[in-house]
Amino acid sequence: MTVWLTLLSLAGITYLFKAAGPVVLGGRELPPLVVRLADLLPAPLLAALVVVATFTDAGSWTLDARAVGLVVAAVALWRKAPFVVVVILAAASTALVRALGG
Amino acid sequence: MAGATIDDAAERRRLRRLAASVVAAVAPFGVAFGAACSEAGMSLAQAVGFSTLVFTGGSQFAAVTVLADGGAAVAAVTAGVLLSLRSLAYGVVMAPVLDGPRWWRALSAQLMIDESTAVGTASDDPALRRYGYFAAGLGVFVVWNLTTIIGAVAFGDAVDLILRLGIDATIPAAFLGLVWPRLADDEQRRIAALGAVIAFLLVPVVPAGVPIVAAALAVVIVKPWAATPTVESAPPAGEGL
Repeated sequence: MTVWLTLLSLAGITYLFKAAGPVVLGGRELPPLVVRLADLLPAPLLAALVVVATFTDAGSWTLDARAVGLVVAAVALWRKAPFVVVVILAAASTALVRALGG
Repeated sequence: MAGATIDDAAERRRLRRLAASVVAAVAPFGVAFGAACSEAGMSLAQAVGFSTLVFTGGSQFAAVTVLADGGAAVAAVTAGVLLSLRSLAYGVVMAPVLDGPRWWRALSAQLMIDESTAVGTASDDPALRRYGYFAAGLGVFVVWNLTTIIGAVAFGDAVDLILRLGIDATIPAAFLGLVWPRLADDEQRRIAALGAVIAFLLVPVVPAGVPIVAAALAVVIVKPWAATPTVESAPPAGEGL
């Protein structure tokens, strides 16, 4: 129930964001604060997701094989590797550490 | 006019290649999303429901990550909504080239994502912008949903296999890949770092999902309400997304 409620609410609100421009605004400009927030919000949110998905588990801080995957992903991104390669390397290195008992 | 037609064909080919590369890039992300849904105990219908109806990668992942940690629907929706706010800006950028009857514009708007806007703004001509928008948008929509199904089915109920193959590590890697281009900018790097610290510190003390939503507060350090020259001088066509 929680899943469907989340899914449908998120779909509805996201669709309103997507359609506001083409259907309602028709190319009119948004208030500068909205434009500015739309540009700024992804960075802290994505960074928070990276940290929460790597260094926490069920409400506590953890340090495990996922950290290795993240470091490998960061190196791959720094070396300008394609997105596909980054994701595969992160999975492979995490899997390797786990196979070695890490 | 013949010359123009040849240029037009070449330009369309360039946009198709561009679209193909972004479509290929989302494929592993789609598999990871499907797997994340399975890991969180969701059904195939729910996984595909997210990918067709929400169809905004970052938001889907954020919501499912919150739910998987046992977060409430409100926290999951809020995390997802904050990440899809940029669709509003994309809509304004793409609106001038998405013409036609209102029902058609409403339908086309579901394809309003990072990739379709990026390819849709990769040329100057309105017809070519529209072409790029649909080439990338439809391509990503089809591949995103197919790979969601693959991820959900191949890794359904296989938590052990997900861990053994390191599939769970693809999610933070994908988020890192999404935020990476933003880190080149000093201001974006500062708010990203602060957001990460806020979320990390809050994890043990507040309910799941709240740390991610709270990370949004990091933007106050750059005073977004104050007018900045970079935004004010940006062309209305919104180049450089």
